[in-house]
Amino acid sequence: MSRRILNVVINGERHELLIEPHWTLLQVLRGQIGMMGTKENCLEAECGVCTVLLEGKAVNSCILLAGQVEGRAITTIEGLGDPEHLHPLQAAFIEHGAVQCGYCIPGMILSAKSFLDENPGRQPTRQEIREALAGTLCRCTGYGKIVDAVAAAAQRMAGKEPTP
Amino acid sequence: MKGFAWTSAPDLAAALRAGSATVAATMAAAPGPAAANAVILKAGGIDLLDLMKEGLLAPQRIVNLRGIPELGRIAEEPGGALRIGAMVTLAQLAGDPLIRARYGALAQAAGGSASPQIRHVATLGGNLLQRPRCWYFRSIHHDCARKGGRQCFAFMGENQYHAIFGQYGCAIVHPSTAATALVAFDASVELVGARGARRTVALENFLLGPEVDLQRENALAPGEILTAVLLPAPKPGVRSFHLRQGELDSFDWPIADVAVVLELGRDGACRRAGVVLGAAAPVPYRARGAESALAGQRIAEGTARSAAIAALAGATPLAKNAYKVPVFEALVRRAILGAAGQA
Ligand SMILES: Cc1cc2nc3c(=O)[nH]c(=O)nc-3n(C[C@H](O)[C@H](O)[C@H](O)COP(=O)(O)OP(=O)(O)OC[C@H]3O[C@@H](n4cnc5c(N)ncnc54)[C@H](O)[C@@H]3O)c2cc1C
Ligand code: SF4
Repeated sequence: MSRRILNVVINGERHELLIEPHWTLLQVLRGQIGMMGTKENCLEAECGVCTVLLEGKAVNSCILLAGQVEGRAITTIEGLGDPEHLHPLQAAFIEHGAVQCGYCIPGMILSAKSFLDENPGRQPTRQEIREALAGTLCRCTGYGKIVDAVAAAAQRMAGKEPTP
Repeated sequence: MKGFAWTSAPDLAAALRAGSATVAATMAAAPGPAAANAVILKAGGIDLLDLMKEGLLAPQRIVNLRGIPELGRIAEEPGGALRIGAMVTLAQLAGDPLIRARYGALAQAAGGSASPQIRHVATLGGNLLQRPRCWYFRSIHHDCARKGGRQCFAFMGENQYHAIFGQYGCAIVHPSTAATALVAFDASVELVGARGARRTVALENFLLGPEVDLQRENALAPGEILTAVLLPAPKPGVRSFHLRQGELDSFDWPIADVAVVLELGRDGACRRAGVVLGAAAPVPYRARGAESALAGQRIAEGTARSAAIAALAGATPLAKNAYKVPVFEALVRRAILGAAGQA
């Protein structure tokens, strides 16, 4: 129909993209930029595997029109760390064996980051962590270790335990 | 999703000029898959995109309200009333210190709605104007009464999540959890019409049951924009509580939710009570029986229990949702005690 230009910052990098108005942010990330870390599943904001950060806050990219993020900053899992410099959450997920099939993990880590950044400097309870992750489903049902990993990362990020 | 043109409205005047139709009117104007003839407003877009992906709606143009700063503010009015812009998100409502302190049940209702990701995007205005979740309504294969068809499939069909009160030809429950708390606080909505005319309507009157209109859930006129929700200044001694019960311990629309607002006198007696049930009827259901049972009483386990029974008097459950009656009774009792600080 009517193509338009989208200006958006993804993982700190400016992008000028030509998009169709009906494309979702998920379609742009995976289909146009080729970043496959953001997963695609229910497409109705029910499972959370498509979670990215919009200005630091977790959102479902499957139900966000790309036009809605004009001029704003997106963080995907690719923007969080790299194999040499893992984010404390990524390190904790590995240390605690929180990853099974792995499909939900980008969404889990970004949901957790959004929550921990909104509640800096304090140790959340397990119940709070569970509620913060409630929008992201793990069909391997490995929630126990995921909550362990987030709790450990929270401690590390609050500076109560030195980063290895 | 079908293609559409996109406009980002920089201010209210531009959004009004765009000349939008309501989603209900658009869906009714072109029954069958994907009504394709209108300009539609978008707030967070959660329900809009759902409807478009479900094939129920295919607007020609979408007008984005996100860039209008005045719709995104929470501000105290001179007399102590609170004005919440329509574009304030559910996450903002849940976290706002003033709302948490004065209108606790609203913060609880917003914070318990949907998932963290959705709450970051979903707006209060869009939440109040979202269309029903009835699965027949959401299916393009069912031309049900609310979409202009002849029958309500829920009456004879799968009605476990449907209404237990007020099913006049349609048995939806109102989908907004925030609305349950807002009605209990006697909130109003502010609407601005295409020519700039402003009107304020009590939320309770703005939301329409099927006995008034079978095809739309509210009195939003074509071209009108919901600009704010207004909460009256809290009276001294007001305390409130909201409770929801989901089917699972995960996020989803509640199968039952209850908001209680109590105005307690110095002597501890209840001067006035607001008791509202969500997911019970096509509109938030004000349990007048419970409200009058509490008036003048000291709150205790016994008063809460009899008010809960009064709240459910006259319920007309369907074949598969009678389980909701005891669930509501428990929630009403616990919410009354919660509001009184006795939970
Ligand atoms: C998995 C899931 C679980 C959910 N659970 C819950 C729950 O527990 N409780 C609950 O209440 N909700 C729940 N929701 C629904 C969700 O909260 C709503 O879809 C959302 O609040 C809609 O807000 P929005 O800003 O995205 O609206 P939009 O989708 O942008 O708009 C909704 C409608 O309102 C119109 N509109 C929006 N703003 C205005 C305005 N200011 N003036 C005039 N018209 C306007 C639009 O044209 C559209 O028709 C859930 C949703 C999902 C996907
Ligand atoms: S309950 Fe209402 S929306 Fe659902 S099938 Fe019946 S008429 Fe349609």
